Amino acid sequence: MLETIGLSSMEDLAAHLPPAVRFNKALAIAPGKSEYEILDYFKRRGAENAVGDGNSYANFLGAGVYYHYRPVMVDTIISRGEFLTSYTPYQAEISQGTLTSIFEFQSMICQLTGMDVANASMYDASTAVPEAAMMAMRVTGRHRALVARTVHPEYREVLANSVRYEGVTIDELGYDSESGLLDIDDLSRKITAQTAAVILQSPNFFGIVENVKQAAAIAHAKGALLVVLFSEAVSLGLLEPPREADIVAGELQSFALPPSYGGPFAGVIACKENFIRQIPGRLTGETRDSNGNRAFCLTLATREQHIRREKATSNICTNQALIALMATIFMSVYGKEGLRELALQNLSKAHYLAGKLEPRFSGPFFNEFVAQADGQNVAAINRTLESQKIIGGLPLERYYPELKNTMLLCCTEMTQRARMDQVADAFNTPNGGTAQ
Amino acid sequence: MIEKVRSHITQNELLLFELSSPGKKGYQLPALDVPAVDPAQALGAGNARAEIEDFPEVSEVDVIRHFTRLSTWNYAIDLGLYPLGSCTMKYNPRINELAARVDGLAWIHPYQPDSLSQGAMEIMAELERCLAEITGMDAVTLQPSAGAHGEFTGILLARALLQSRGNPRKKILIPDSAHGTNPATAHMAGYAVENIRSNDRGMVDTAELARVVNEDVAVMMVTNPNTLGVFEQNIVEVAHILHAKGALLYMDGANMNALAGISRPGDFGVDVMHLNLHKTFSTPHGGGGPGSGPVAVKKRLEPFLPSPRLKRVGDRWEWNYDLPESIGRVRAFYGNFGVLVRALAYIMAHGGDGLKRATLDALLNANYIRKLIESHYQIAYQAPSMHECVFSDERQAKRGVDTGSIAKRLIDYGFHPYTVSFPLIVHGALMIEPTETESKRELDLFASAMISIAKEIEENPDLVKGAPYSTRTARVDEVTAARKPIVRWKRPQAAAAD
Amino acid sequence: MYPENYRYTKEHEWVLVEDGAGTVGITFHAQRELGDIVYVELPKVGALVEQGKSFAVVESVKAASEIFAPVSGEVVAANDALSSAPETLNSDPHGAGWIAKIKLSAPEEVERLLSPTDYQSYLGAE
Repeated sequence: MLETIGLSSMEDLAAHLPPAVRFNKALAIAPGKSEYEILDYFKRRGAENAVGDGNSYANFLGAGVYYHYRPVMVDTIISRGEFLTSYTPYQAEISQGTLTSIFEFQSMICQLTGMDVANASMYDASTAVPEAAMMAMRVTGRHRALVARTVHPEYREVLANSVRYEGVTIDELGYDSESGLLDIDDLSRKITAQTAAVILQSPNFFGIVENVKQAAAIAHAKGALLVVLFSEAVSLGLLEPPREADIVAGELQSFALPPSYGGPFAGVIACKENFIRQIPGRLTGETRDSNGNRAFCLTLATREQHIRREKATSNICTNQALIALMATIFMSVYGKEGLRELALQNLSKAHYLAGKLEPRFSGPFFNEFVAQADGQNVAAINRTLESQKIIGGLPLERYYPELKNTMLLCCTEMTQRARMDQVADAFNTPNGGTAQ
Repeated sequence: MIEKVRSHITQNELLLFELSSPGKKGYQLPALDVPAVDPAQALGAGNARAEIEDFPEVSEVDVIRHFTRLSTWNYAIDLGLYPLGSCTMKYNPRINELAARVDGLAWIHPYQPDSLSQGAMEIMAELERCLAEITGMDAVTLQPSAGAHGEFTGILLARALLQSRGNPRKKILIPDSAHGTNPATAHMAGYAVENIRSNDRGMVDTAELARVVNEDVAVMMVTNPNTLGVFEQNIVEVAHILHAKGALLYMDGANMNALAGISRPGDFGVDVMHLNLHKTFSTPHGGGGPGSGPVAVKKRLEPFLPSPRLKRVGDRWEWNYDLPESIGRVRAFYGNFGVLVRALAYIMAHGGDGLKRATLDALLNANYIRKLIESHYQIAYQAPSMHECVFSDERQAKRGVDTGSIAKRLIDYGFHPYTVSFPLIVHGALMIEPTETESKRELDLFASAMISIAKEIEENPDLVKGAPYSTRTARVDEVTAARKPIVRWKRPQAAAAD
Repeated sequence: MYPENYRYTKEHEWVLVEDGAGTVGITFHAQRELGDIVYVELPKVGALVEQGKSFAVVESVKAASEIFAPVSGEVVAANDALSSAPETLNSDPHGAGWIAKIKLSAPEEVERLLSPTDYQSYLGAE
């Protein structure tokens, strides 16, 4: 091959680079390893972590990342090279597999969320939030947003950091300290004719189901859009979807992946029909080919960066296609009845544990709730649990200083009764139990 | 004479909703070990859902058949070459998949205590170290989820540094050959975009640059090698011009596959850059994502990196949130950990030497293809190609055939098209990047296909214009899809017309 | 092909002036260059436009093109029919494919525009 090109050595290929830029040393990276050594390295690193749920530890953490059983078929199917190693479906004729499944994904998300249009996924929920906010700004032509404090703290951080230079003002809305729901009076007080979006999460960060209808009425009366977020997709199996919302954005990790130390996940944005040209991210549409057969293709691409450049709705290029496919498979394995039964199990498990503890809030909750430790210290409780190979809930004081000595506990279909009993014991035993 | 493919029956398949039948199920949950709760009672009647309307009900066999059939309608790297320029569609090693699925890496929660996450943190720290070494930079963040996200983060970092010096400035300079994410990103970060024309060799015109750079310029975003596959010969001078006026040099790392082990951006003046792990570092594209877009910076930008950062305390890792100058987080949690594992597995498999060899192989393959088809297609610029080569459809346009049609005809020969009509500065561009994982045999087949198509254009241009002929669907009507978008399935109404 | 009483711009827009208002659109040449048009982003009624500045966007599948106002003034009407039938811009660019009507704020601008003959020469030279 070198001969064909007219060169005599491999080094010649880089000979045209200016000498000043040539790196002539060896990279300080160990020599290449065999498959066995690589796997061994990662297994040893894996052994240095506490593995939930039920693998070595039971894990009661939720807070935006959830432990759910994954049907075996998910990995079986996505491991096929035609899915795993294919590219973005820009060439429709040779990507009908990917395009068809994305169309199904978009459709199922609409069915679950009560919206008319859903995109082919965003990176994750946290980055979908600023995208949804910017969408509301584009639609309304306004520049203020109101965000509930009961939206996941990290989503709120990402929102603030992402829109800082877009001329947007963000104000926070408080929550009712008794119910844990959005403080509706605070919303009424703070909303103005300059508000583009009211953003809340349901179930919210405390696990509590918000009154979407009420918030929608107030938002719409002022010409603002209602954006409803979700972080626990399984909740949509049992909860009435936020039909009054204009934009829904959320996280699909529950349908696709184990917690994976925080990523990769897949977010999604869905909206009402009339906002279709403002929605960011890829969209797949149904059409015909020249023989009249049904076919699918990427559509409305002129919203996107590769065409509009600085006038694009977003800079997003990649979506999370493989993860969206995992979610599609999950949703089809469970189906209409299965998602409902799955959600019901989650609901029942969490309510069982909550029944043994002191929930901090009175509002209705799905599979997470805030437990108040009385006369205990949540750190001590978690230490006790750790000695029993249980990772307890997330202490909330760090995110909400007013919620001292509370932790956010999550129970899913994977959570075992015996473990929940142990958690209850640790709470109810003086001084958090035997381990300090 | 088409050597690489022959027609074959593939199964038809309906949509899940059309296969659905009430009562079919593909799941089985364990029995509940606690009392079942009544949803209406626990959630409030108004919050409980009656049913998920139109949601499919299918069996396990339905699901396996459905998706398996769909998969057979896709092209993929596992089937053959993707010559897509700047996408670096290299083979996705399967050891990466196994590594990412290790229970101790897959089933860990980002909020579990640091003391119980040391293995995960060690992996991230090691990847940060390797990427810094490869790029010649000082510090790395693994937070951004993809290339565009990394770009946005990088520009925010530049802005933070300039702000700390008293003036964030107003403009970002971008070459007219740049990828569309670059100007979109600049705009999101609150900057105006000014385009810089390339010179007649397809590179940044340094005289023009010197004229244009002033105290209003915050950053110049370059890709190196650029989107023509050509190394910016004057990159050191470009860096000097910018630095002299207090501006920063950002590098889009999409083309790192041409540099790893032979040249380091940190050594030629780059201040901040992003990498695409789903390109250079072999993590799978999966039909369009996930990716990961780490950002590497020089020391002076380190204080601004997204929070939290890994910190070594004694013999342990900790997540450090005490970063007063940080731009904050750009996403929830720490990054696309599953993708990071795959990238590190790739680096470990190659080792330092192997990475350099892979880069040289990538240059070899691109130049080999260029040589084979250069007499049939017009090379866009004479400068030496690195890991990709760019042609123009000028010659073929004289016969009324454009790059888009050539690409479609290439499908009939058994290949995925190259990148069509990008970069925009080339008339009817054909952008070809084979990567290092293609064998000579595959490259020879590709070159002979391209040459055969060139001949077809001479003898029978209409044949090429009407392609593809052998795909499962004929040409798809994208115009109607855009005029009357149908983006979800709706239950057909019994009485209504279709 | 190019109506006598219209005036043209080098960016391939046309304007027909009647009673102090200009009906504007894109030329036959423009629609042919753009290919099948899939969507038109119309200006809002009441918006103020400036000669030479972007006031509408026309999209084909693969490209979005800004349309520049041939004259300055206030938008008094937008052709809503284009929302449901963008293909009209292709089939009848000088007639039913009109984009907007602008009440002229500076009628003298029209004199600087190209006559049909000049526009066709410009096209020939391009």
